[in-house]
Amino acid sequence: MEIKLTLNGKPLSAEIEADTLLIDFVRAHGCYSVKRGCETANCGLCTVLLDGTPVLSCSVLAARAAGHHVQTLEGLQEEAEDFVGFIADQGAEQCGFCNPGFVMNTIALLRENPDPTDDEIRAYLAGNLCRCSGYEGQLRGIRAYLDGRKGEA
Amino acid sequence: MAENNFRVVNRPVRKKDAMQLLLGKPAYVDDVTPHDCLVVKVLRSPHAHALIEEINTDIACKVPGIECIFTYKDVPQKRFTMAGQTFPEPSPYDRLILDQRVRFVGDAVAIVAGATEKAVDKALKLIKVKYQVLEPVLDFHTAKDNKILVHPEDNWRALCPVGADNQRNLCASETCGDGDVDAVLADCDEVVEHTYHTKACQQTMMETFRTYTEIDHYGRLHIISSTQIVFHVRRIIANALDIPKSKVHVEKPRIGGGFGAKQTVVAEVYPALVTWKTGKAAKMIYSREECQIAGSPRHEMEVRVRVGANKDGVIRAIDVYTLSNTGAFGEHGPTTVGLSGHKSIPLYTGNLEAFRFAYDVVYTNVQAAGAYRGYGATQGIFAVESAVSELADRLGIDPVVIRERNMVREGQVMTAYYNEQANACALDRCMERCKELFGWDEKYPVRDMGNGKVRTAGVAMAMQGSGISGVDVGSATIKLSDEGFYNLSIGAADMGTGCDTILAQMAAECLDCSVDDIAVFGADSDASPYDSGSYASSTTYVTGKAVEKACAQLKENLCRIAAGMLDCDVSEVEFAGKSIKKLDGTGEVSLFDIATKSMCGNGIAAEATASNSSPVSPPPFMVGMVEIELDKETGQVDVLNYVAVVDCGTPVNPHLARVQVEGGLVQGIGMALFEDVTYEPTGRIMENSFMQYKIPTRLDMGKLRVEFESSYEPTGPFGAKSIGEIVINTPSPALAHAIAHATGVWHRELPITPEKVLWGIKKGQE
Amino acid sequence: MRKVLSINQYVRAQSLDEAYTLCQKKNNVVLGGMLWLKMQKRNIGTAIDLCDLGLDKIEETETAYRIGAMVPLRALELHEGFAKLTQGAMEEAVRHIVGVQFRNCATLGGSLWGRFGFSDVLTLFLALDARVRLHHAGEMALADFAALPRTTRDILVEVIVPKTAGRVVYLSQRNISTDFPVLTVALAARDGAYTCVIGARPMPAAVFADEKGLLAQGITEDSARAFAEDIASRAALGGNMRGSADYRREICKVLVRRAALALAKEG
Repeated sequence: MEIKLTLNGKPLSAEIEADTLLIDFVRAHGCYSVKRGCETANCGLCTVLLDGTPVLSCSVLAARAAGHHVQTLEGLQEEAEDFVGFIADQGAEQCGFCNPGFVMNTIALLRENPDPTDDEIRAYLAGNLCRCSGYEGQLRGIRAYLDGRKGEA
Repeated sequence: MAENNFRVVNRPVRKKDAMQLLLGKPAYVDDVTPHDCLVVKVLRSPHAHALIEEINTDIACKVPGIECIFTYKDVPQKRFTMAGQTFPEPSPYDRLILDQRVRFVGDAVAIVAGATEKAVDKALKLIKVKYQVLEPVLDFHTAKDNKILVHPEDNWRALCPVGADNQRNLCASETCGDGDVDAVLADCDEVVEHTYHTKACQQTMMETFRTYTEIDHYGRLHIISSTQIVFHVRRIIANALDIPKSKVHVEKPRIGGGFGAKQTVVAEVYPALVTWKTGKAAKMIYSREECQIAGSPRHEMEVRVRVGANKDGVIRAIDVYTLSNTGAFGEHGPTTVGLSGHKSIPLYTGNLEAFRFAYDVVYTNVQAAGAYRGYGATQGIFAVESAVSELADRLGIDPVVIRERNMVREGQVMTAYYNEQANACALDRCMERCKELFGWDEKYPVRDMGNGKVRTAGVAMAMQGSGISGVDVGSATIKLSDEGFYNLSIGAADMGTGCDTILAQMAAECLDCSVDDIAVFGADSDASPYDSGSYASSTTYVTGKAVEKACAQLKENLCRIAAGMLDCDVSEVEFAGKSIKKLDGTGEVSLFDIATKSMCGNGIAAEATASNSSPVSPPPFMVGMVEIELDKETGQVDVLNYVAVVDCGTPVNPHLARVQVEGGLVQGIGMALFEDVTYEPTGRIMENSFMQYKIPTRLDMGKLRVEFESSYEPTGPFGAKSIGEIVINTPSPALAHAIAHATGVWHRELPITPEKVLWGIKKGQE
Repeated sequence: MRKVLSINQYVRAQSLDEAYTLCQKKNNVVLGGMLWLKMQKRNIGTAIDLCDLGLDKIEETETAYRIGAMVPLRALELHEGFAKLTQGAMEEAVRHIVGVQFRNCATLGGSLWGRFGFSDVLTLFLALDARVRLHHAGEMALADFAALPRTTRDILVEVIVPKTAGRVVYLSQRNISTDFPVLTVALAARDGAYTCVIGARPMPAAVFADEKGLLAQGITEDSARAFAEDIASRAALGGNMRGSADYRREICKVLVRRAALALAKEG
């Protein structure tokens, strides 16, 4: 079947199977930041924004995304660059495999709640697993970014 | 205290690949390899133990798009091991790529390759297998000398004398010791004796096992794999396919985590066989389920500890017996077990008069185990540390005090650690600082929080090694290039830990330049200098020293080139970072010009390669303290605070070292409280997904606080030891201790779930 | 070895009638959030998507909230009206479910249609005295819907939560934060009567009233304990990987007692 959608701001029409998952669709269209870490919707690695809302692209049919705006980290580089340097400064990126999903969901968090508490950050990102960092460095990075931003304001 | 006038080392430099990874650039196997290659999948056994009587692939082969299907009839009949270890491997040669005998639920039965995943899935369903189902050995207590043999085959062989005997289901067996442990224990005022059980926990690196293979333009097998061990992969694949080593070329891109899982050749053989036989490119991507059921997890162990002390808390003897379950194959079986005694008993070298350490490693019909961060030390330390805390309890001595009284101290010879001397040991300072940071005296007493909840604390110490003494080889090549930047080539594998960066920091320190002036390359079995690989906490310590040596050699070479340019003898010049100067101040050539010269009319290599191996494996040490809140009505345990103070020698990059500690602590918390592995009566693993195998989220770990109390290791680069593995060792004993202090019940089997805690409390009340 | 769901055809229904007609065929399936569906190794003929039918809205009337079947759990979690109506129980019931992204995908309709044993959502909505409207069978109590055979081929259109929810407390026990619950408890007080729902038994949630009037004289430590003992003795409980039947019974007593005391505190 043919679908039309917007991928990272660009209109796209493509031939897909009825059961093509959004994760496979976006990877096939060059968005390699989107990772598969499990088959059970538990890891958060495949997070993309669907009309601005963070969803698990492993659990969304590409067909369902037709007519909608899909964004991956490839399309949000500038917004990500604002804060990921602070995570790099902590060394909390580690292996990096969970980073894109985590960064995407952090973007969603900060859009929804520009000044979250540590507990709000933990709760919002609870669905993003990371096995390397122990999470604390990720939190320190986001906190440093937020505190720095407050300093500027 | 460490001499610390370093410029680049011991500084929190950003990881070189950090921004690329955080911005999601293509970096991993499936991002950087072609997608129009064959999809490879494996048909897996539903039985724990069976012989394949008939296997019919005719119908499956007819599925459109199927390229080939291989069964045990199609593979070389020479056994090999998938363990990534230095040859001759201690792990027995007990594998074929596919075998007529299947030995666990999930064992490989057939390999299917096809143009699309759908075609392969369809073909997998259409393979008809007739099994002669055999009785399995599922209980590892009954494995030794069981009449059912996991490996009855004649061509099974052990290359090293590790006490292995396939006719007894033994993968390894040994006893060692010092002094008369029975006599000393008999003379002790108090002896604690218990058995501790840990499970086959999974590394659960976020990137599953995956490998791409193709035939390159020289007709060689080119393997791009997510691996910690490119050189071992070359040997193992050549062994498995029974082809010359010269035909194999292995490289790794970025790795999405390893933690030891990728120290075993788990996925590589399948696409390699397909490509070698068909000449076509192929890729295998393990599913998460495959990782859980046919990966390379921690060895399940039962560790029996006897620890004896006098009334005053002086620990005089420790006796450890470990029964380790290697599962269906022996990868890392003979070696992991050694750490359960050799890296737990020496913590109490202080007053130790005698020790004994014995073990058996048995084959069973469950998933084969492998290497997982901590590598046996984790299991042994859980047991010994738990026993010591219980001993303190019985003697009425504060658990911190009993440790202070008996811990290993700098300068002592550790009899249970191959008689190595603790050259650099700040364990005492770690304890002192941890106690202070944590507030031990306030937090240890049980505090009633109301509503059935209490708060309390637990403590544990740990050690590990730094590389495998006398075995591991690390190498580095450093080269001066255009305009005066350097290329550093290594064979060690950065799996996210940051070794590319910390080795560059060392090179920058040696060469008096910035980390940005060092471009790092690795790891590639054709292009990198030889390295055993990144495991056994070896890279910083072993390869780091190789970097130091290579830089020294390079400086000599550059001085020779410069002397030629300055028309003087090499003894008249010195390396000065940005330039090479004449000692008398009469001349100087810039690095820029030396680099230019090195590429024009030059006969002296502007590069140097050095290798390093160490006769010792200096242990890092640490102390961990945990505060919990325990709900006595539901058994729920919440981790509130975890404080760790670590002596890893000089932390080469304090931020990366800290994140290593934090990551290890959270994995350890997972092992202690959540991560279970249980089997159906058929031998099938129940925890076969992230839905069932629960690793900690960021809501499950409390707040972490990490500090370093550095010693200075004279044999290490810039005083460094290791950090990667030790960090997983304290949570299990510290949490078991805290739970025991809260409830009066010692839990000796992991994970300690709320249900176990509650029943413990109820039983205690009866 | 990834299990792959296969779907032959995808249809965005343009009317409920169309969706209903399509879903009469046995191997056709109505899509919810797809989180559970996609893990199944099954061959689906037609996947019926209701996403064009405007079922993603929460409407407030004078007497009730009408929640479209396609409303994601995350919307319920953030909804101020429900926060007030349930005194925070709505958020408490869903906040543990995997993660924000998961709850953005998971729909209320899908959660209830599955009548999953582990369902936090079913537990709470039973306590809220919710009703559901099916396209063909019409409106009915959620409890009645929950008892329908799983072979029922109908469309869950909306869920109706009366504004008479009363006071509600939601508690769950989990072995680890975002895991399935070991046990869920929702306790509601309405017009002097108590409704206690026990879920993750591990069978689907079941509703209990205070038949013996144990709380009739007010909630005290003693009456709460007696009530909890009574519920725990009446609830059929089983064992699974996450806990034995005996453990569930123990924590059932604890959670129900704590819920009752919390209810008293709120009141």
